[in-house]
Amino acid sequence: MIAETGHYALILALAVAIVQMVLPVIGTRLRDPQLTAVAVPAAQAEFILIGIAFIALTTAYVTSDFSVLNVWQNSHSAKPLLYKISGVWGNHEGSMVLWVLILALFGAAVATFGTNLPRQLQANVLAVQGSIAVAFLLFIIMTSNPFARLDPAPFDGQGLNPVLQDPALAFHPPFLYAGYVGFSMAFSFAVAALIDGRIDAAWARWVRPWTLAAWMCLTIGIAMGSWWAYYELGWGGFWFWDPVENASFMPWLAGTALLHSALVMEKRDALKVWTILLAIITFSLSLMGTFLVRSGVLTSVHAFAVDPERGVFILGIMAVFIGGAFALFAWRAPLLSQGGLFAPISREGSLVLNNLLLTVACAAVLVGTLYPLALEAVTGEKISVGAPFFNLTFVPLIVPLLIAVPFGPLLAWKRGDLYAAAQRLMVAAIVSLGVMIVALAINQKGPWLAPLGIGLGVWLLMGAATEIATRVKLFDASSTESWRRARNLPRAAYGSALAHAGVGLMVIGLVATTAWRTERIEALAPGGTVDIAGYQLKFEGVAPRQGPNYQERVAVFEVTRDGNPVTELRPSKRAFAVEKSATTEAGIHNSWRGDLYVVLGDELKDGGYSIRVYFNPMVRLIWIGALVMFFGGGVSLSDRRLRVGAPKRAKPKSKTATVAAEGR
Amino acid sequence: MTRKQRRGVLIGTCLAVLGVAVGLVLYAMRDSIVFFYGPSDVAGMEMAPGQRFRLGGLVEEGSVERGTGTTVRFVVTDGAKTLPVTYTGVLPDLFREGQGVITEGVLEPDGVFHADNVLAKHDENYMPPEVAAKLKEQGVWRDETGADGPESKVN
Repeated sequence: MIAETGHYALILALAVAIVQMVLPVIGTRLRDPQLTAVAVPAAQAEFILIGIAFIALTTAYVTSDFSVLNVWQNSHSAKPLLYKISGVWGNHEGSMVLWVLILALFGAAVATFGTNLPRQLQANVLAVQGSIAVAFLLFIIMTSNPFARLDPAPFDGQGLNPVLQDPALAFHPPFLYAGYVGFSMAFSFAVAALIDGRIDAAWARWVRPWTLAAWMCLTIGIAMGSWWAYYELGWGGFWFWDPVENASFMPWLAGTALLHSALVMEKRDALKVWTILLAIITFSLSLMGTFLVRSGVLTSVHAFAVDPERGVFILGIMAVFIGGAFALFAWRAPLLSQGGLFAPISREGSLVLNNLLLTVACAAVLVGTLYPLALEAVTGEKISVGAPFFNLTFVPLIVPLLIAVPFGPLLAWKRGDLYAAAQRLMVAAIVSLGVMIVALAINQKGPWLAPLGIGLGVWLLMGAATEIATRVKLFDASSTESWRRARNLPRAAYGSALAHAGVGLMVIGLVATTAWRTERIEALAPGGTVDIAGYQLKFEGVAPRQGPNYQERVAVFEVTRDGNPVTELRPSKRAFAVEKSATTEAGIHNSWRGDLYVVLGDELKDGGYSIRVYFNPMVRLIWIGALVMFFGGGVSLSDRRLRVGAPKRAKPKSKTATVAAEGR
Repeated sequence: MTRKQRRGVLIGTCLAVLGVAVGLVLYAMRDSIVFFYGPSDVAGMEMAPGQRFRLGGLVEEGSVERGTGTTVRFVVTDGAKTLPVTYTGVLPDLFREGQGVITEGVLEPDGVFHADNVLAKHDENYMPPEVAAKLKEQGVWRDETGADGPESKVN
């Protein structure tokens, strides 16, 4: 009964979404306020109905209702509750329901909190959101019904793939979807603006918070996935340039560019056409990510048994939305007026450079991801494009951008002074050079480029500090004056400085761990030892242990450093009887120098085990950097100027106030 | 600067960055692409010494030999031809006899494929599409991804 309610709610939601797609557009064309106003309650009803469907599916999972096919395929009564719940989106059908739920949530948010939007814009935005919902609800109902029944109901389920039974992975998909789907807001606003043929700085002010929120979710979602891959897959790697990883990374790159170009549009009323185009591209890449993962066209650690019919359906959805949006763009974009002139050396100019490099780097990733598909379709040859390709193309394109980052915020709008900015960055440059020289001196092995990379990371950190120091006139004004300025600085300024510092931390972590990682593969009998990076590991032996839904063999390692005990590591191999599968749990010891990472391998003939030990220097900075970027986004989002529905600040009264506001 | 000059700077920068990007992509395409072959393909072609490629197929039943060290030997088959493989390291959890596998490495003159990477898959019922295609070519395809296989998704 519960499952049928859910199914019925999905079909009702489709009907409501069709209303939401059609009536408001007719209303705005005919200038009929009543038809236009339908958009708001329709978006709210759609969210409630999809919410009911989602709750119904979750209930079926929590109560282990194995008469529902989807629950039987992906759950088991012995599974811990957290993984029963995360099992809802740990499969194709359920994850699509989560996808439309988040879509409807964003739509309902615009309907409920967007009361200060012009009616016509709001109605058009909700109509475009409705059309996306129609496409995906049709897709779910026609090809991927999560509520299909099984008769007779089996006694127990088949369980969830064990590698997915993990806390980080439980929340990785919701964040990722919130990111993907969040970019649909930017897309809907862009299409609505094209339908209207009107766009202004206010448009950018409404779009920015949505894009920022989506970007934050995508950042943390990708970081979680990478963190999970690092400790769960037992390879000690954190990024594999796998096509599906690329599929989430490309919208992130385009979204980052969109954030920066929307800034130009909001402040200077320039780059309008480009911002609209970027909004369309970003969401198109999100749709492509959805397609690549679910169609089975790619070989990837993420791609699983898939149904080609679904791939064709999503390809159709992609063709309609991307093709439609680009056609609309080609037709209507010339109507949009050009605004704000600026010199090449200016804040706008630096943001254009940011956009140029980000989109070109994104295009390089796109080429590497799709080239194997194209080649196979044309010649039938099968190839894989792996890390070497991306290191050779992506890295040289992104490094100039990272070098340029600290300059951007120090340049004035319209016409900047590069020489003055460089002078302000003198301290940052000297510190980075110093760190680079120290790194070069202690860098005995590893590539000579590594110290330069570390210097680049420090440069970004110092650049972020310089930006804040310049704005509060640290050391140039009295300390009380600096303190007053620091308190009055808009939060968006702290947000962007934090985000840029996060990139710096990430660069340091990436470079250090890639260049100076050490690896040992040994065959060890109990009592044997391995030395790595100053640690000594003594293998004590292997013991069996019973977990909630698995059996495991746990190895015990005593870790010492210069004879002093450090810790005990317990890597294990888990065997999941229900799922007939196995996972590796790495033993990880974390210190400020880096991670000691031990993996238990197979048993050998003589009673020994093959053991793999890594030392990953400073690897955690990668995820700490991502967290800092996330918080930077959050701080920026809390800025009152961006808060959705916040009243506009009163007009500055005196001329000095105006000058102070422009100085920001 | 006139409006025209500004536009010139903008377009010039864009073209320069695009040109560099195209150059990098073309250069990387030449050097860092890895081809995928089955044992039958390898038997029928001249391989340049030291050329990296991916070898895919089924792990032959009864062929896995673990010594006392960390080196593992096994044989990859596509039903028609076989190729011996050695790999030093820890095998992925789902590496089993009779299952599909993808390995990456170099074919040495002794006729043994020295793999430095054995790819793990998240799902025991999953067959890499390349392997499935090769097996279909050789006519030994069994439909292992039956309707009752759990489907799962990370993303």
